[in-house]
Amino acid sequence: MTAQPALYLSFSITGLDFSAAGEASTKIKKALKQIGVTDEVVRRTAIAAYEAEMNVAIHAEKGTIEVWVDREQIKIVVSDQGPGIADIDLAMKEGFSTAPELAREMGFGAGMGLPNIKRCTDNLEINSTVGKGTTLNMLIHISTAGN
Amino acid sequence: MKLSEIQRILDAEVLVGHEWLDEIDAQKACGADLMSDVLAFTKGRTLLLTGLTNCQVIRTAELIDLIGLVFVRGKRPGEDVISMARENHLPVMLTKLPLYETCGLLYAAGLNNVPK
Repeated sequence: MTAQPALYLSFSITGLDFSAAGEASTKIKKALKQIGVTDEVVRRTAIAAYEAEMNVAIHAEKGTIEVWVDREQIKIVVSDQGPGIADIDLAMKEGFSTAPELAREMGFGAGMGLPNIKRCTDNLEINSTVGKGTTLNMLIHISTAGN
Repeated sequence: MKLSEIQRILDAEVLVGHEWLDEIDAQKACGADLMSDVLAFTKGRTLLLTGLTNCQVIRTAELIDLIGLVFVRGKRPGEDVISMARENHLPVMLTKLPLYETCGLLYAAGLNNVPK
């Protein structure tokens, strides 16, 4: 981000807290609508943030989600302390999941989370260390049509 | 198709939003129990038909602006889910019909602009 962000948001995520999971994404969506971001960009951001937030709740002990918004782009960084991802390429395949049964009971764990994030963002970088945790860096352009 | 018409076709019980049924119009419907599929494939004024009755259904609905929910197979959600739907002004109905028949009836009645 080269300019002072118009908006900065930060939230904590607790692992296995499924009653709270999704709250951060809901607040992010509301904030974006309040500052006049277009519906399509809000939708893509909401989906990417929600899938990332659910991944932390499902797989990790805890994590954070941070959002920076300026005139040109939305940057989302989701970072967790958790098991990490052993094979990122495999994790990106639709249908591949390491989610426990509890996640499937929630309607998640179908192996669509990371593919959905990739579909909704203009740039996605995943850094992970097994046994430590995972960080997702996501960018969504505001000023172009995007994906 | 108005939600009031959908309620009539499905003989559905209204759990939230009786007062909104004549005002809200569905363009499309989606039958799914996997929320990531709903996030991936729905767009527009969509009614979700589902057997998943936990609060993540409400979260999903709110995040992608679904216009209403129909729980199928007679699966009644808990009070926490109903309260959450009410807070989000999300109409919710309950039908005894299975998902397949629910989809078929609505599709045959003209709610057939299915999302690609």
